Amino acid sequence: MSWEKELIEKANEIIDLYPEKRSALAPLLYLAQERDGYISDESIVEISNLVGITEVQVKSVASFYSMYKEEQTGKYLLSVCKSISCEINDSRSVIDSVKEFTGLENYETDVDKVFTFEEVECIGACGGAPAVQINYETVEGLTPQKSIELCEWLKEEKPEVVVAEELQNMFGGVKSFDWAINDNTGSSYSVPGFQNIGTAKEKRI
Amino acid sequence: MKETLLLTKHMREFPENSHKIEIYENNNGYDALKKVLKEGNPENVINEIKDSNIRGRGGAGFPTGVKWGFLAEDEDRYLVINGDESEPGTFKDRILLERDPHQLIEGIIITCFASNIKKAFIYIRGEYAKPARRVQDAVEQAYEKGYLGKNILGTNFSLDVVVHLGAGAYICGEETALLNSLEGKRGEPRLKPPYFPAVMGLYNKPTLVNNVETISSVPWIINNSGKEYSKLGVEGSTGTRIFSLSGHINNPGNFEIEMGKSFGEFIDTFGNGIKNDKSVKAYIPGGASAPWFTGDQLDIKMTIDDVANAGSMLGSGAVVVMDEDTNLVYAAKSIVSFFAHESCGQCTPCREGTTWLEMILERIASGRGRLSDVSLLIDICDNISPGLSWPPKMTTICPLGPSAVSPITSLLDNFSDEIMNMLPTKIPIAQ
Repeated sequence: MSWEKELIEKANEIIDLYPEKRSALAPLLYLAQERDGYISDESIVEISNLVGITEVQVKSVASFYSMYKEEQTGKYLLSVCKSISCEINDSRSVIDSVKEFTGLENYETDVDKVFTFEEVECIGACGGAPAVQINYETVEGLTPQKSIELCEWLKEEKPEVVVAEELQNMFGGVKSFDWAINDNTGSSYSVPGFQNIGTAKEKRI
Repeated sequence: MKETLLLTKHMREFPENSHKIEIYENNNGYDALKKVLKEGNPENVINEIKDSNIRGRGGAGFPTGVKWGFLAEDEDRYLVINGDESEPGTFKDRILLERDPHQLIEGIIITCFASNIKKAFIYIRGEYAKPARRVQDAVEQAYEKGYLGKNILGTNFSLDVVVHLGAGAYICGEETALLNSLEGKRGEPRLKPPYFPAVMGLYNKPTLVNNVETISSVPWIINNSGKEYSKLGVEGSTGTRIFSLSGHINNPGNFEIEMGKSFGEFIDTFGNGIKNDKSVKAYIPGGASAPWFTGDQLDIKMTIDDVANAGSMLGSGAVVVMDEDTNLVYAAKSIVSFFAHESCGQCTPCREGTTWLEMILERIASGRGRLSDVSLLIDICDNISPGLSWPPKMTTICPLGPSAVSPITSLLDNFSDEIMNMLPTKIPIAQ
């Protein structure tokens, strides 16, 4: 199915932010993933038309970056860090617990499309090791037990938007640094909840 | 030993809302910008930065003022902020983006004014969803208040800023790979020469690429003068630096100190010692790419030059401490796996070499190692980084390949027992 009119308008707004159209490729791929949960073939066609490059060029970029998914992810993308600071703080036990609870191996999604599990490289939460991200919202200072409780909670409550603060308060421990509070923004699906459009349009040069 | 708070001052004073523009403005925020625009002399700004002797905080430690001086003349020039912080152990840019985005934005505006740039990009790694949202909100507020856009604060100077999200590739922290990524291409590093960003950067136009921490320092330098800044720290490593401390530490975190103290003092004072009163077996002084120091080398001073002279690098300022019980073969395997995963695939020695190193360490760690594995490891490392010297020689376009060599040489130079103990003691006879 081709893109909806609103989505194409949004895409064109993003393209206008850049001196050259192709630079908008990264944010457009996020739009595609937000729509379908992965980068579909239809989206690749749409994006190649919008940006003015071939479909193969779009695909070669999409496949280079690990945050663009080639298959539909679950509602919650569980990314458990395994890089050095987490590794020496026993991230392997957290990985094992999450794998056992979800029954998933690396890069797998369950049939109900609730969870996708992946082991990832450094997410910049080394002071709060071991750490995970749920839909790119960081939770620090986990234990194997807390990571299972976190998965259980997600499965029960099924929140539309995942908010780092909320998860950290319920399941987290040691943090890399003090977070400022009063922030309820979050992410849904396997895309970081971030939009660079609508930025003071009339005030730009 | 105390912290010296320049960049992390606001966030300590206002732990709940240092990211808000009102708080920033009420505490001398955007004063440096007003001062610079009132004086109207870009040369003065560049001279202050040169006087400060600040060196880039991304890892390479290149003098910022000199870098700005290289920028070629052209009608279109760009500033790109490197916020692709992905070096394992590092989380200092995250705190600056998340907790004090206006400090960065003010630094960006001043930098662009000094170098006659009308378009700037803030490239933030994709996994930093929340920091990116905070920066985006701050950019919008800055537009609303007239700090960005057309005719900033009533002057002739105009500037647009775009926040751009990466998508999960460590290699994009390398400046030319970052530029490719920003152009909508695969994040593969470019050859230098000819692609020096200051001459042929973004869209082949002259481009400044600076780290988040470097540009966040600019407002302080303008408010207090480059000379004042250069009095902090030691010669060759002036000013403060935010060190990220992690590993087997009682109190991990980001600490902003003047460079020049010893690692041991730093770990004891701010990290509050090692977990469970253990001793240090080894530590990484500057991110996963840096060769390790042993627990006997804790008196090395935290300056760019001292660490380089001791055979490693201060890099991104990430200190990772490993206690006496750490299995260093596993630690090395984790780091090598990281680089194998993040290799962009352009250069054969890195693409194939890092993968081979990972496989060999994997089989040693799982008890299936061979006696010949040590010489095989050395041979592969030598193909990526001939001679295994420091600073590394390279057979690759960028330093990612040689970075995977660091943990292996660290292991073999100082802790060869650990790897030998995991190898079989008898050679099986082929039948």
